Amino acid sequence: MENPAVSFKSLFSKEVEHRSSQRTASPFAVMVNKEVADHVRSWRFIIMVGLIVLTFLGAMYVSLSNISVAVGNLNDPDHLFVYLKLLTTTNGTVPSFYVFVSFLGPLLGIALGFDAVNAEQNNGTLTLLLAQPVYRDNFLLAKFMSALIVISVLFLSLCLLMIGAGLIITGVRMEPVELFRILGFAVLSILYVGFWLSLSICLSVVFKHAATSAITAIGIWLFFTVFYSLLINIILAAVLPDKNLLQPDDLVAYNNLLMNLLSIAPAQLYTDATTTMLMPSIRSLGPMTMEQMAAAIPSPLPLRESFMIVWPQVSGLIAAITVCFASTYYLFMRREIRT
Amino acid sequence: MENPIIELNGLTKFYGSVKAVDDLNLKIGKGEIFGLLGPNGAGKTTTILMMLGLTDPSAGTALICGVNATTHPIDVKRSVGYMPDSVGFYDNMTALENLMYIARLNAIPEEEIKIRSRETMELVGLAGEMDKKASAYSRGMKQRLGLASVLIRKPEVIILDEPTLGIDPSGVKEFLSFIRHLSREQKLTVLLSSHHLHQVQQVCDRVGIFVEGKMLVEGTIETLSRNLFGEESFTVVITVRDSLNKSWAPMKELEQLAAIRKINVSEKSVEFSCTEDVTPDIVRFFVGNGLNVMGVHKKEFGLDEIYEQYFENNLKKNISDGKSGGFFQKSFFKRSRTQE
Repeated sequence: MENPAVSFKSLFSKEVEHRSSQRTASPFAVMVNKEVADHVRSWRFIIMVGLIVLTFLGAMYVSLSNISVAVGNLNDPDHLFVYLKLLTTTNGTVPSFYVFVSFLGPLLGIALGFDAVNAEQNNGTLTLLLAQPVYRDNFLLAKFMSALIVISVLFLSLCLLMIGAGLIITGVRMEPVELFRILGFAVLSILYVGFWLSLSICLSVVFKHAATSAITAIGIWLFFTVFYSLLINIILAAVLPDKNLLQPDDLVAYNNLLMNLLSIAPAQLYTDATTTMLMPSIRSLGPMTMEQMAAAIPSPLPLRESFMIVWPQVSGLIAAITVCFASTYYLFMRREIRT
Repeated sequence: MENPIIELNGLTKFYGSVKAVDDLNLKIGKGEIFGLLGPNGAGKTTTILMMLGLTDPSAGTALICGVNATTHPIDVKRSVGYMPDSVGFYDNMTALENLMYIARLNAIPEEEIKIRSRETMELVGLAGEMDKKASAYSRGMKQRLGLASVLIRKPEVIILDEPTLGIDPSGVKEFLSFIRHLSREQKLTVLLSSHHLHQVQQVCDRVGIFVEGKMLVEGTIETLSRNLFGEESFTVVITVRDSLNKSWAPMKELEQLAAIRKINVSEKSVEFSCTEDVTPDIVRFFVGNGLNVMGVHKKEFGLDEIYEQYFENNLKKNISDGKSGGFFQKSFFKRSRTQE
């Protein structure tokens, strides 16, 4: 620290001249950059990506070995969509990729978000960061956006890899409809993981310890995957009259209620939406009467109609993300930042 | 004071029903070094957080460079460099990368960042360690890096919360003289919070003693000492070999001396409170009367005594409240400073 004043002064004066002429990145972009780099280098992300890539390869291997059977099955109205078949065909031993994602997606989202805020707070870096001229919501947004970017790149590249591999192996020309449906599937997967991401970021604001927020997030995930549908069935069976004694109209109402309650679970929303996207012959997610089915020719739906069917599911997912993010915002914006 | 750079008006903060900061009014002028003194839990950090808009006051306003910190925290943070008491860095990045990240967040042009980061690292004495991971840094090195992260953005105001915590004694001296140097050179305003009295005494222009959310007193150290001890700002303690009788006759003569205000005799020592330094006269008098003088101590009133004096009432209250902190405070602050 010899002669500090002199060197400090030179530091100051040099700065002033340059300032105006140069372009600088906004603090938000700087934070997103750094967060993405952190995610990509972190072990937990590498492990999660490893898991997802392994299941992807497993599912692809199974579907590729059964693709000729599936495409040759004339009873299936979707049998000509080779690339959609690649994503959905199974031999019954290994679930297809979108089922894997409905399980692993939440884990990925939780892994990327559970310590987003509280770890920074415990390390003392949050105070350092917020002492800089940076908006608080930029900090939250950077945390969310960076993880979302990483997830998007992951799913999009997996889908494109699948398409490329399919092109090389089968040599079949791809229909534009298929491409859009597969991209729709990728977007749905990103939204689904995004929901768990925003939930875990919210929990990382609520809880001081990273472990608590991780356990809570995993608890919520387990509740929705394992217990939620059981619980709804038990409660409905106890509260409502026996199904077998109901009039047909009441039965429809009963089933509708059950469907609506089950769709609160994000995994249900995701599976409903992806199956509709990947299997063009699905016409409705709810119960249908014989009258509605009468004279319908089993054939694939146009892309637009499939979008119409999954629209409620997509809105549901986006709404869930928004609720989580808004509560994170509400909890964090006026909070005292202290280590 | 005209155009104060930091102006706190009736700043109050409640945590539930507990008043952490109680109606604080404070003005700090440009280029001043102000020391905020107080025991742990006095509300120093809370006050600082309110000045930066990192927590909202329950009442009152904090104006930094004329900007309200609660409603416009970004503008305030642009001109204020803040170093928290336990500053943390990203462990997976090197110290230089950490500093460059801070520089980027402050919108310093990309071309300059590298040069300036290096220069600032040299400035705070970390030139040799800049490529080490921040996780390998010791507490004191982190503190220096924290200062670097404050300096790299050339602030108008520097707020340092317990800046000397964890630095070795020689480092502390260097650190504080460096801050003083900077403040004088660049007309930087510095607000320093600490419970280390000696250190604050060395560098601060003005101090404020802050206890339980209240600013008990503020001013220069000399004013404080004069206000508190009146004119009895010299105390001389003389120790003799044999016990003294309280009604020792010649003592009356000493009481005649104009400068002496109070004499306190206890067994082998006599304490004189005087308005001016009459130590030689007293010693001459003792020797002249055939007493064996063993030692002469002259007490000067530093912050310790000031602090202690202000704490006395406070401590009594704490002890009667049954607070366990009282004992530690007492033993910690009782270290009276004496000079031969």
